[in-house]
Amino acid sequence: MSKETLFSKKNRLLLTDPLDDNNPVTVQVLGICSALAITVQLKPAVVMALSVLFVLSVANVLVSLLRSFIPSRIRIIVQLVVIATLVILVDEVLKAFVYDVSKELSVFVGLIITNCIIMGRLEAFALANTPWKSFLDGLGNAFGYGWILIAVAFFRELLGSGTLFGYPVLEKIGLYELGYENNGMMILPPMALVTVGVIIWIQRMKNEKLIESN
Amino acid sequence: MNVNKNSYTIGFASIMVVLVAALLASASIFLSPFQDRNIELEKKQNILQSVGIEVERNDSELAYSKFIKEEIVLDYKGNIIEGSAFDVDLNVELKKDIEKQNLPLYVSTLEDSSTCYIIPLRGIGLWGPIWGYLALKEDVNTVFGAVFAHKSETPGLGAEINQSFFQDYFKNKKIFNDNNEFVSVTVTKGGAPEGDMHAVDGISGGTITSDGVTDMLKERITRYLPYLEANRPSPEILYPNDSTSLVNLISMKNE
Repeated sequence: MSKETLFSKKNRLLLTDPLDDNNPVTVQVLGICSALAITVQLKPAVVMALSVLFVLSVANVLVSLLRSFIPSRIRIIVQLVVIATLVILVDEVLKAFVYDVSKELSVFVGLIITNCIIMGRLEAFALANTPWKSFLDGLGNAFGYGWILIAVAFFRELLGSGTLFGYPVLEKIGLYELGYENNGMMILPPMALVTVGVIIWIQRMKNEKLIESN
Repeated sequence: MNVNKNSYTIGFASIMVVLVAALLASASIFLSPFQDRNIELEKKQNILQSVGIEVERNDSELAYSKFIKEEIVLDYKGNIIEGSAFDVDLNVELKKDIEKQNLPLYVSTLEDSSTCYIIPLRGIGLWGPIWGYLALKEDVNTVFGAVFAHKSETPGLGAEINQSFFQDYFKNKKIFNDNNEFVSVTVTKGGAPEGDMHAVDGISGGTITSDGVTDMLKERITRYLPYLEANRPSPEILYPNDSTSLVNLISMKNE
């Protein structure tokens, strides 16, 4: 096997592919549960995206390092232990240093363990690839997940509460004086699904690779 | 090396478990001082909220020492016993017999130099514990403010008890009726009757949590009654310039 550079074309694809062509949320439709639950406001969405970024990239590297030592019969258990350990660490650190965010996320941080994207990448990629590639794959998929999460949260917070990161944007530009009102429905979970649906729609309009031929 | 041998599999699992346990245990030990500090600051923040002082969590230490003048502990007869209210864990106390419970009470002096008595609350909601603080004005009857929190009530329904719209209902309600009998404040399903001084509107869809708040208030305040009764000022001290109470006083003298 010829030596590959760190950022060869193939490796760069690991990072960029999940952003669009192979996005875990909009193309593979994984991790939808958290996309619904924590996208009412931007702040928790960003924190969730960062937590997944950390957990996914580190778990990918760890499992990839261990891949030739992990007995195949208990590999799922080993993956779960790796993910759960990292998630508990994230949770404890949040509780110690970003207490408000941890209070809001407390339930969902536990849900990272069951985030299908993470298990999926460990099983499908890290077990068969080198640590560096797995790291890139983890980063790529976490970004792919994260940008969807943040995009959904952006629209839901802006249209639902008229704020961004808690800052009253619409009030400041004087929209309410013109008779504008917040759309309370955007705060409810079903609108997250609709928003994700709209993103998928736009994505398939732009990206010809995703158009299925019947 | 055959990684699929039974002995290898068992060995791998055992070592993994020990390593992970050690890692998590040390993380917990290392981080717990920071976590405990956050919880302590939040408690101070909540206590201050009940007397209407809104501060950032990090500033609560300073404001707390400024406004909370006394942290006393009472026994069930209303006698002040040794200890600091802040160190009393209500979760532990509630499991004891009533006669053995330590009752924490905070006394606050506000900027207009009026006094507030803050009673810590703890009770049961629908899914888990609920807690809070009830601040009574100097007359030991009128509610100055109330703060509630919960562990796991339903978002949008019972969880609304920690919202200010609900907590604001309690302001200026009274816990004693006109005959000086203790009636507490009741969270009423379907809305409190207009002008009722002892009832507030319940939360639609959060009836069990609302009832939990009612029970918590009643149960907790009852424990403090001996102390509260003893500390109720007589009307002339309370309203020296209030003409109505003067009239009352005169009519009382005439009797």
